[in-house]
Amino acid sequence: MQKLTILQEKSEAREGSLKSYTIGFLLSLLLTSIAFLLIWNHVSSYHEVFSHPFLYASLTILSIIQLWVQATFFLHLGRSSQKRWNLIVFLLAVFIVGLIVIGSLWIMNHLNYNMMQMSPHQVEMYMINQSSL
Amino acid sequence: MHKDNHLNQQTDKVTFGFWVYLMTDCVLFASLFATYAVLHTSTFGGPPSFVLFNLPSVLLETLVLLTSSFTSGLALLAAQRHETDKTLDFLGVTFVLGALFLGLELSEFSHLIQSGNSWQASGFLSAFFTLVGTHGLHITVGLIWILVLLVRVYRRGISTATTRKLMIFSLFWHFLDIVWIFIFTFVYLMGML
Repeated sequence: MQKLTILQEKSEAREGSLKSYTIGFLLSLLLTSIAFLLIWNHVSSYHEVFSHPFLYASLTILSIIQLWVQATFFLHLGRSSQKRWNLIVFLLAVFIVGLIVIGSLWIMNHLNYNMMQMSPHQVEMYMINQSSL
Repeated sequence: MHKDNHLNQQTDKVTFGFWVYLMTDCVLFASLFATYAVLHTSTFGGPPSFVLFNLPSVLLETLVLLTSSFTSGLALLAAQRHETDKTLDFLGVTFVLGALFLGLELSEFSHLIQSGNSWQASGFLSAFFTLVGTHGLHITVGLIWILVLLVRVYRRGISTATTRKLMIFSLFWHFLDIVWIFIFTFVYLMGML
């Protein structure tokens, strides 16, 4: 009687999991294809079809959706109750990542700004000229 | 019953510890991404990203790695059902796909270096090679890890401890595929704009 119950439990978890990996795989394939197709069409048409802001936004959104898909269906994030501590550590990492990325971009952007208001290209040309002396 | 409980607690502890490590790895990659974001226009007069990157090759790498992430999950499933042969099969497929990914990436790197676009050529390329190269190093370690797991499963079969090791590995491998999502999006796809 006990053996049967264990097998039943395992089979429930089993079916959920194969489905979960397959759904995750197919969704990721779909999201990846959309992203590549967007860029492929854009480049093939000499940058005419979509605007750059639209592409930056949609690619970012697509990547975040795929992150969620893989975290849910591959990593099974958000399922069992033990995940409470995992979630806390994850949020801490997100916080640190945000700090580092946004902080670095902000700082470096201000440095370029201070370089006599030259654009990155102008800074480059200036540096190339200097290095040839 | 008591032993089962102990093993479950072990699994929870080990899983959590590895998860914490994975989060620190996340922070590492975030720093490399931030560096790339800052330096990606600093080409020092050299060719820009949209000239250097080969999109079909990147698409192939992406699909290969995604599939290997899928098969690593299937390997874990097989282990949980105590299907030793299937576990070995899926682990083997994961390895082949991972090695294919690495081969494609090394080939891409080799072309860049031989055409004079090595990490020494500009800030952009330094940042590119560091970011993508670090991911490639992680993949390499993962491949060695698969080999070790293959030997273990082949020689000792499936046990609770082995299943736990397989689970930890699959966490690592899934994580690498997630990092790759952001590499192909922000480095390669946006590099074409």
